Parts: sequence; structure tokens; C-alpha cells
Amino acid sequence: MSFSWRRVGAVLLKELRDYRRNRFILTTMTLVPVIFIIAPLIQLFAANAAANDVHLSARIGLSMIYLLVIPVTVPAVLASYSVVGEREQGTLEPVLTTPIRREELLIGKGLAAFIPAVVASYAVFGLFLAAAAVFAHPTIASAIFSGTHVLVQLLFTPLLAGWAIWVGIAVSTRAGDVRVAQQLGTLASLPPLVVLALVSLNVITASTGLAVALAAGLLVFDLLAWRVVAAMFDRERLVTGRRA
Amino acid sequence: MSAARVTGVTTGQGASTGGSALVVEHLTKRFGDRVALDDVSFDVGYGEVFGFLGPNGAGKTTTVRTLGTLLSPTSGSAVVAGLPLGEKNGPTIRSRISLMSESPGLYLRLTVRENLEFFAGLYELDDTAGRIARALRAVNLADRAHDACGSLSKGLRQRVALARALLTDPAVLFLDEPTSGLDPVATIEVYGLITALRERGVTTFLTTHRLEEAERLCDRVAILNTTLRLIGRPDELRRQLFKRSVEVRLREPLADAATVFGGVGAVEAWEQTPAGYTLTVADPDEAVPALTRALVAADADVLSVTESRHSLEDIYLELIDEDVEATSR
Repeated sequence: MSFSWRRVGAVLLKELRDYRRNRFILTTMTLVPVIFIIAPLIQLFAANAAANDVHLSARIGLSMIYLLVIPVTVPAVLASYSVVGEREQGTLEPVLTTPIRREELLIGKGLAAFIPAVVASYAVFGLFLAAAAVFAHPTIASAIFSGTHVLVQLLFTPLLAGWAIWVGIAVSTRAGDVRVAQQLGTLASLPPLVVLALVSLNVITASTGLAVALAAGLLVFDLLAWRVVAAMFDRERLVTGRRA
Repeated sequence: MSAARVTGVTTGQGASTGGSALVVEHLTKRFGDRVALDDVSFDVGYGEVFGFLGPNGAGKTTTVRTLGTLLSPTSGSAVVAGLPLGEKNGPTIRSRISLMSESPGLYLRLTVRENLEFFAGLYELDDTAGRIARALRAVNLADRAHDACGSLSKGLRQRVALARALLTDPAVLFLDEPTSGLDPVATIEVYGLITALRERGVTTFLTTHRLEEAERLCDRVAILNTTLRLIGRPDELRRQLFKRSVEVRLREPLADAATVFGGVGAVEAWEQTPAGYTLTVADPDEAVPALTRALVAADADVLSVTESRHSLEDIYLELIDEDVEATSR
């Protein structure tokens, strides 16, 4: 039996239906964006328009970092719940007895975390840009729109979400319970954000080459990580709690 | 009660003709140092209802999980629905079987229909709506299709899980304790469903603690306690394990029982019980008329002379007792 996108679609649809009715997931998906748009807006309005370019750029960079926490945190929570959560509620075994391949299950779950996370992140970023255009000082708005900030945000949002998802699912396949998985998954998804923070705060000198290298590294990771995570997905261990 | 010594395990042949739905040969599964299943061999014919009995920890669920490709055997082999067990055949085997575990394993926030739609998608079934409607009708849940599974009682959830197992028209249906937690009415309904499946030719592998359930539903049963202890039709097992006997109930005890029973050639041994007498006989059909004549001749007030029927429970307990004794030696 070959890889089936229909089975991937079935997993995706089920996950999205389940998220829609899961109060914890809904609260996380609502609260995290709300929290992480307040901080950048404060940065935006508190910034001194008369400050020098470096200072202004660091301020805007910090705002953007807050916004990039959303595509890391939201999918990390969803992804780290995905396998261990099913195991805890007893639904994993019936799924594993169907013809679904582990790759199909993982990609379905990955997409189900990716889509809402990226949609929420872009929506919040859109709100931030709208607020900047309408309410921010023209100098600051200009600095946001004329620099590479928008491009970086658009590019790194899905790349970081992909990283957080695969790390989260990897943790979820090995964790003993949901809470531990979510804590570890969120923590483990932060490293690329730290690099971006250092760049945005001018600790590491920003350059096109660095941005491209970082983006390319994340892209390669996102495209290949599912194979590693699939290898970690051990049916026997998940069903019995013991290694095969 | 006298029990014949169990000297070995017969690898009973499948009840129906037309090949075997399951062929298990020397299957062993270890978890570290612990042996969950040891050198188990049996086969199940297409269309057969096969009961798998054993105490907790006997390896029943491990067997089901192994045959369902969830676990890899440590050694031995099996053919499931015509395909050898192995990593490569896993998805195809799983497309030919259905497995209903003891816990329903439903998504409680989703409706009954959404749960079934999800599994229909995983099996890539056509005519999803029609199949779901038929499966729900089969378990009498057509009117609950739009209810969230979380709002259903345990019994109703179990029925949804059964509907899920029926969605695919499986060649082999594994039912792991299907009536666990069900009330008597729901239990009877599940029995009816299993009987109907047998009439449709679905091979059913039923693990259960309920011995009367196995006796009522199964063509053959196997008793497992890490190793396979016994396999066969319930009546064959009775004959294999217990000598045949006749129960005699009288209004008053006999004055000279030895003379009366000693005069009947078919009686091999006898003992007095609080209810009357238990006689070991070679053939009850021959012994009962002769005994009745002898009792009447001895002027006894006969209340009943009947063949003793050992239940599957007697067989099961006898075997498990033997294992306990062997372990404690």
C-alpha cells in the first residue's frame, strides 16, 4: 500500500474538528497571540521616533521577535499534545490498527498544527502592521515597512512553525504524559528563536547571508525532520510503553 | 470431580472449510525478561467464531496485538487474512482486519458520525455515508449519529466502537472483551451481532473472561496461560478433560449403595455427595437406563438420574488450578 494523501486528509480533518472543541487548545490559540501582540504594540508606541537608526531597528526587531513567538509556541503546544494526548485518551491504539502509515499520521498531525499556527501568526502580524500604519509615528511606520522586517517575518513564520511542530511531535512520541510533553516541546522549539533574537538585538550582526543561511537551515530541517520523527515513532513502544 | 489429565495441546483445525483466516505457528513474545506468550500455535478457519480465554496476564491481548501488527513477535510466525505477519505487510493486513479493544478509544469531543468518518477515511472506504448508516443500524445507534461520543454511556460507546469495527467488512474481526462494562441488555445485543456476523461468514477472534459468553458464541475455544493449554470445541474439551458422569438424586440414601451400583456394568466408580451420588460412567446413554432399572429394583425413590454437564467454566478452572499448582510446586 502506497502513501495516501486521503489518509493524511482524514487525520487533518479530525484534528481540526477536535481542536475546535478542545477548550485547552482554543484557549492556548487565543491567549498566546493576544499576549504576544500586546508587547510588540507597546514597543511600537513607546519607541522614540527621534532615536538613531540602530536603536530604532533594535526596537522594531524586538517587536518582531515577540511576534515570532506565536508560530513557535502555538504549534509546539499542539504538536507536543498530538501523540501522547491520543495515547492518554486511549485513541492511539485504534488508529494504529488501521492501514495508516506512521508517515501519513505524522504529516496529518503536522499539517493540523501548522495551518492554525501560521494562520494565527499571519493574522496577528497583519493586525500589527495595520496598527503601525494607522497609529504609529510615520518615522517608525516607515522603518517597519521599508526594511526587511516584513519579509523576514513572512519567511520565518512558517519555517519556525515547522521546526516547532517536528520537535513537538518528536517529544510527544517519547513523552510519558501530556504536560511533560508540552513543557519539553515548547522549550525545545525555542533555540532558533534565540538566534533570531540575537540578530534582531544586533548582538549578532544581521546580514542577508546570515538570514538566508538560517532560513535554508530551517527549511532543510522542516523538509527532512519528518523522516527522523517517523523513525522515532515506534508502534510497540507507544502501545505498550516498552521498546520493541 | 475427576478430571482426565491434560497431556498436551491439540492444534485443532479450523471449523469451516475454505482455508484458514489465521495460522499461528510457535508464536512467542517477550518483553525484556518477561514472557508474555510462549510457543503458541493454532489456526482459525474462515467464518469461525474462535474464543480466546485466559486469566489476567495470560497473553490474550498480546496475542491480539501481535496478530493485529501492533507488536512484533519475538519468534514464530503467523498468517493473518492470507498474508504473512511482517513489517512490509502491516498496512495491507490492517486493511483486511478490524480490531476492537476493551477500551472503546473514541474521540469524545467528536460526534459518533465524525468518529466513523475519520476511520472510514483511514481505510479509504468508498460510500462512506452508506457504510456508516449500515454500521450504526447494526448496533442500533442510527438515531445517535450526531451525538458527541462524550455524552454517551459506556455501553453506547462500546457499541460505537463495534460499529467502527464493522465499517470495513473485515475478513477477520478481533474483539477484545467486547461486552466489558455492558449491561445485560446491551450484552445480549452484542451476542446477537456476533451471531449475525458468523452467519455472514465473518471470522471472529473473541477474547473474553466471560466463559458463558465463549460457550454461547464460539465454535472453538482456546485456553491460554502464557502457553496454549487447550484448544477445541467446548464439548470436545469436556470429554478431553473430564470423565463422563451421572448424577443420581434419591429421596433417601440407599441402604447398600455398593451392591446396587456394583451390579450395573456401565458404572466405573461412584461417590456419595450431599445431593445424592455421582457415578463415573463410560457411556451415559447406556448407563442411565440400567441404573434406573437397578434403583427401581432396590426400591429407591428416584428423583432424577441425569448426565453431569461440565461447563466451560469447570474446564477453565480445572486448567488454571493445574497451572497454579504447578507454579507453587
